[in-house]
Amino acid sequence: MDRFNTLVRRIPTAAIYILCAVPAPWLFYLGVTGGLGAEPIKALERELGEIALQLVVAGLAITPLRRYVGLNLLKFRRALGLMAFAYVALHLAVWLILDVQIVAQIWADIIKRPYVTIGMVAFLLMIPLAATSNNYSVRKLGRKWRQLHKLTYVVAILGAIHFIWLSKGFQLEPLIYLSVILGLLMLRIRPQRRKQAA
Amino acid sequence: MAYRWKNDLTEAAVTPKHIYMNRRQWIAGAAAGLGLAGVGGAARAQENDLEPNDWDDITSYNNYYEFGTGKDDPARYADRLTIQPWTVKIDGMVDRPADYAFEDIMAKMTIEERLYRFRCVEAWSMVVPWNGFELADLLNMAGVQSGAKYVAFETVLRPDEMSGVQFPVLDWPYVEGLRLDEAMHPLTIMATGIYGRDMPNQNGAPLRLVVPWKYGFKSIKSIVRITLTDKEPATSWNKANPREYGFYSNVNPTVDHPRWSQATERQIGGGLFAPRIPTKMFNGYEAEVASLYDGMDLTKNF
Repeated sequence: MDRFNTLVRRIPTAAIYILCAVPAPWLFYLGVTGGLGAEPIKALERELGEIALQLVVAGLAITPLRRYVGLNLLKFRRALGLMAFAYVALHLAVWLILDVQIVAQIWADIIKRPYVTIGMVAFLLMIPLAATSNNYSVRKLGRKWRQLHKLTYVVAILGAIHFIWLSKGFQLEPLIYLSVILGLLMLRIRPQRRKQAA
Repeated sequence: MAYRWKNDLTEAAVTPKHIYMNRRQWIAGAAAGLGLAGVGGAARAQENDLEPNDWDDITSYNNYYEFGTGKDDPARYADRLTIQPWTVKIDGMVDRPADYAFEDIMAKMTIEERLYRFRCVEAWSMVVPWNGFELADLLNMAGVQSGAKYVAFETVLRPDEMSGVQFPVLDWPYVEGLRLDEAMHPLTIMATGIYGRDMPNQNGAPLRLVVPWKYGFKSIKSIVRITLTDKEPATSWNKANPREYGFYSNVNPTVDHPRWSQATERQIGGGLFAPRIPTKMFNGYEAEVASLYDGMDLTKNF
């Protein structure tokens, strides 16, 4: 595992940004050229949303991976979080501009449709997280930064509920996302301190 | 009783427009390059623009959850469904209940072409050149008894051939129902083909219901049983979520789905910049079917 961690240290974070950024223009290109099927708008919207959720899951996996596997990917967590935010923003933009299109209906949807409301809340909660994902904020906020960034847990759960709620019928895939997210969060709960027992 | 309803469209209108569609895609792409989002599909928004979707759209973008919930799952997996031999059990309040072989049904029915709008409850739509016969003709063949008030339909259920039924997305088998007067209406057909070709499996081979003034999920696919009854039959989506899906499920822009608006729709085939167009009452068949619901509160009976 140490050799792995040495290897990981050599990978520049820029690589993660680039790797994560590639699907967005590619999907847009596919959408324009017919590669996303007969209804490219919904397909693009869904793909972007799912990538965002996957990046959130990846970000949540970093702490448990370090704690239980010994794999240290901490240096990539900011990149994953910021790219997740970027994909949520793109997902929202596609929904606003290409999907719903009508301003009055956008507002009605946000207020009246609980799954849209939840998605919107998750996006808004991500804004302060993205805004403070820099060294200056970490230094400036100190302990508060850690508290603030626990909002990620809420965002992840809201994202999964958003996915479950928008699906028709009883579907498996969104439930898997929620289970994985809840599992990753549970791994963070530290077992009762053994010192006291000993 | 075939040919009880006629389109005001000519045969020439029902031609696959691959070249036209390709050009549209190109225009959409060019418009994107110029930052003119929304321009590409503007022609679509015009009234009376009943141009059929091309074969690829109709046969690649389907909801047939028995093969998976993805739109492309049916096109990918539905070929596993065996459609020969095929029989339709017609039972309940009929004079001649029996298992009717598909070939025998086809031999007795008059196949005609019906170019219909198809509006999905998910707020997308297509225009489909169906081939089929009037459901009334099939029901009359079995002899509807006087007490019958409703028609119940059931889709084939074969777990070996339908990978999507392993998970209870819905309570399988898929069931649907119509009031008898809706079932006997000249617009209501049993479709057996598209563009003059046999019905593809993903679209509900070998025969499926098409009720053009109702949301698409009412138009049940791959039918194996038709039961005449005097009680309102259970319907799959209503069982799954009665708040969201009613028995009638008539296309109605003024009654929203709880999770999204039904006021507008997007026609499939317009590409990434397709505009939303207003949804029409009864999907544009108001003149033909509104009288079926005289005196009914369509907000309550959604």
